[in-house]
Amino acid sequence: MTDNQSPELFGQTPWQTVGPFFHYALPWWGGADLTGQSDIGAAPTRLVGHHPALNRSHGRPMPAGEPIDIIGRVLDGAGEIVSDALIELWQADAEGRYGGDFTGFGRAPTDEAGVFHFRTIRPGPVPGPGNTLQAPHIAVGVLGRGLLKRLVTRLYFADEPQNESDPILDLVPSERRPTLIAQRDGEVWRFDIVLSGPNETVFFDC
Amino acid sequence: MTQTSAFTREDRAAQPPSLSPDYHSTMLRSPSHPPVRIPQTVTETTGIADCWDRLMGGAFGDLTTQHEGVALGQRIVVTGRVLDENGRPVPRTVIEIWQANSAGRYAHARDQWDAPLDPNFSGAGRVITDDDGAYRYVTVRPGAYPWGNHHNAWRPAHIHLSLLGPAFATRLVTQMYFPDDPLIEIDPIANAVPLPYRQRMVSRFDIGTTVPNWALGYNFDVILRGRDATPIED
Repeated sequence: MTDNQSPELFGQTPWQTVGPFFHYALPWWGGADLTGQSDIGAAPTRLVGHHPALNRSHGRPMPAGEPIDIIGRVLDGAGEIVSDALIELWQADAEGRYGGDFTGFGRAPTDEAGVFHFRTIRPGPVPGPGNTLQAPHIAVGVLGRGLLKRLVTRLYFADEPQNESDPILDLVPSERRPTLIAQRDGEVWRFDIVLSGPNETVFFDC
Repeated sequence: MTQTSAFTREDRAAQPPSLSPDYHSTMLRSPSHPPVRIPQTVTETTGIADCWDRLMGGAFGDLTTQHEGVALGQRIVVTGRVLDENGRPVPRTVIEIWQANSAGRYAHARDQWDAPLDPNFSGAGRVITDDDGAYRYVTVRPGAYPWGNHHNAWRPAHIHLSLLGPAFATRLVTQMYFPDDPLIEIDPIANAVPLPYRQRMVSRFDIGTTVPNWALGYNFDVILRGRDATPIED
């Protein structure tokens, strides 16, 4: 029988689900606050005992830009909430740069109500293919029980005029584009993720 | 204008589909539309390669000595390399590790299986690859456990591994299985990956990695999506 070490099998390691029990390994204290100013992101109600590997982010200076809160729910194909999903973000800083002092990466598990909550800064526009410019956006990864592999989507901002000319949004059928647009709701941006069914979020192969 | 290499695409033969009905939880959690194919932009070709420790904390490569006492179970050493599809090492990348204890119980509030918790084993760790892409950690062999997917369903022993790699596009979460485990053949999650690719997730026992009078050794390499030969302009 072949195995991981068989030369004839060399190639991409297959994805597997994170399952329902990732909360003591993947989230961390502060993981959902990309500005580095708070402890949100851990899931203490899912833990049993002391987990020494569950770290706390070091405090970081407040990054430049407009601080924003992003709150959303994850819903399944029956419209039920998904309380064991994990959302990951990857984004540019306010100037449209990746990988500077602002790390741009965060994680938030959904809570008992299927809700995730991030605090971050609003990203700037970044270069697109050719000479295009991409509208400000955040790359979103969705993991969880029942997800054999990551689903990838994007969050755009409803009040952003550059959405009209965004080269990636342009690839999405117009009637499905609203699933990628976060809406301002008072002090927060709302962005629900629907895994399946009516209003299914657009997911990308990238 | 900088040139950034794109990454190879998902290998559709080797990767599981989102919908795999034998794994029942996928039924309501799989998109009905195919994913929209997009070009890789700077968003997809960049990542947190060099700053994970600032976010999550440092390495934690021995899961058996995180508490006052020693963890119960069969002590094992797992070593391997993280490579890309071109066979190049992926250095300085983090591998997050989690697993059940030797009785098959997770230290998690929602794990209701009636197997004992081990106060000396949390089951989470973190290692970082060296310049050759190599890693090594020490743990106990996890136990199999029942789950509610179907009548008499048992998950084979497995260790969860999470890798970020150099870019958003190279993200990987997988599970490492053990050789000669009869449960692999009948596990809906492992078998969401068709043969022969499923076998990529089965580690190999290695007497050379085994430490005399101390721990059994297993080898497991992880292969991430590689740089494509064709450069893209961003």
